[in-house]
Amino acid sequence: MSITEIARGYAPPREAESAAGSSGPARADLVRLTPATARGARVPRWLRRTTGPVVLVALWHLASSTGILPAEVLAGPGTVLSSAAKLIESGELQAAIVVSMSRAMTGLAIGGSIGVLLAVLSGLTRLGEDMVDAPMQMLRTVPNVALIPLLIIWFGIGEAPKIALIALATAFPLYLNVYAGIRGVDQSLIEAGRTLGLSRWGLVRHVILPGALPNALVGLRYSLGIAWLALVFGEQINATAGVGYLMANAREFFQTDVIVVCLVVYAFLGLAVDLVVRTLERIFLSWRPSFTGA
Amino acid sequence: MATQLHRRLNAPAAVAVHGLTRSFGTRRVIDNLDLNIQPGEFVALLGASGCGKSTLLRILGDLDPEFSGEVTVPTRRAIAFQAPRLMPWKRVWRNVLLGLPGRPDRARAERALDEVGIGHRADVWPKVLSGGEAQRASLARALVREPDLLLLDEPFAALDALTRLKAQALVAELWQRHGCAVLLVTHDVEEAILLADRVLVMKDGVIAHQESIALPRPRDVADPEFTRIRGELLDWLGVRQGAAH
Repeated sequence: MSITEIARGYAPPREAESAAGSSGPARADLVRLTPATARGARVPRWLRRTTGPVVLVALWHLASSTGILPAEVLAGPGTVLSSAAKLIESGELQAAIVVSMSRAMTGLAIGGSIGVLLAVLSGLTRLGEDMVDAPMQMLRTVPNVALIPLLIIWFGIGEAPKIALIALATAFPLYLNVYAGIRGVDQSLIEAGRTLGLSRWGLVRHVILPGALPNALVGLRYSLGIAWLALVFGEQINATAGVGYLMANAREFFQTDVIVVCLVVYAFLGLAVDLVVRTLERIFLSWRPSFTGA
Repeated sequence: MATQLHRRLNAPAAVAVHGLTRSFGTRRVIDNLDLNIQPGEFVALLGASGCGKSTLLRILGDLDPEFSGEVTVPTRRAIAFQAPRLMPWKRVWRNVLLGLPGRPDRARAERALDEVGIGHRADVWPKVLSGGEAQRASLARALVREPDLLLLDEPFAALDALTRLKAQALVAELWQRHGCAVLLVTHDVEEAILLADRVLVMKDGVIAHQESIALPRPRDVADPEFTRIRGELLDWLGVRQGAAH
């Protein structure tokens, strides 16, 4: 409920006074409360939510067509759409998306597995914590992008440094969140599990890991977000295919329309993976008291 | 009494505690305590907050190994806590079977849930259970293990008055059917007299007083003998009826 609704519920509305007047003597200290359904049809939520972006695009179009926004600075939405259509028709865009997507997913698979593995190790054992946690906490403060020169020296300029960068960047959010999730499992549930006769492995499987799952999914969401960021940086390293390559090429020829198309593609890829995480949450977290998704 | 039937003839005491001491820092919460519980006996443990009664229960439940003294308990124990402590990520029937060896036997879980009157809730997440239902599920989870000793740590304290009465009657019934020894930790004197064969009052780290309750079951709060015992126990707890010191 929004603040305006609360205010409406408690402030004496004028129509309430007239309604009270019709059914009896009006009392200044009484207020008739209107149920939400009687407050009249309002603009549907989806319509309200789409208004903002639509207005923005309209302004952009207006600025481009009147010449306030020159095409060398930013191409208009019409040009962007037509160049997107051209890129799709030639198959360039799809090919680039497939390449970029597989880079991001390969990097995430490698980095994510490493992050989760290390988190489980340091979350579950004292020895693991002592060995793993301190270096991880230190390394996570190093900006990943600053490692690009090193990665190029180590892995050359092919696919390897790009994937390594994504793997490095995605390992940390998963590590931190899974570790926090494991350590944050309700101690009383672990105790209950022990009294029920669960073995150490049983506790891990039935109590600790399911208890850490909400945090793990938060970590996955961060990691996916960072995977795209790392991808953008990674694809600046001498790419010969992928969305980043399309962008670098477009930069050479001042094709701002193609750059915008690529930006939109990045945005949609980000949205798509967010949708994947939401779906995972819907499937795996329906037991949560705070869960309202389904 | 039904419990008599279930007593193992060759069995020694279900719980034997001798010279038990547990300190937190320099404070001795339990100080050289002795306690025996017979197989099938229902014992209630009363005491003011912080007197160490929950500590004693945790030691008997093998949740606190930092004690000195001799403690013997049955291998098959079960605990129901004040909070139901159901795993929120497991459906109710899976919660009941958690920790049992072998493949999860759904029919067994359903029988246990039927016994506590919530068989129809087997398939839901714990989050949708009411407080009373969750506590029943927790009892089903304890009893499905066929324990020789059931430890109850203020299991009714968080329930509303009506639900609590029903839950108490349920525990009395389940105990008579299963015949396990029960140690009920509570701060409710009436609850202790209603349910127990023997009521212990814990004070200064030892069992300061014990009272065998010979009243016929089911017991009536309005019985004058009931009132007399209650007065006496309240005296031992340092709370005189009508006059607070």
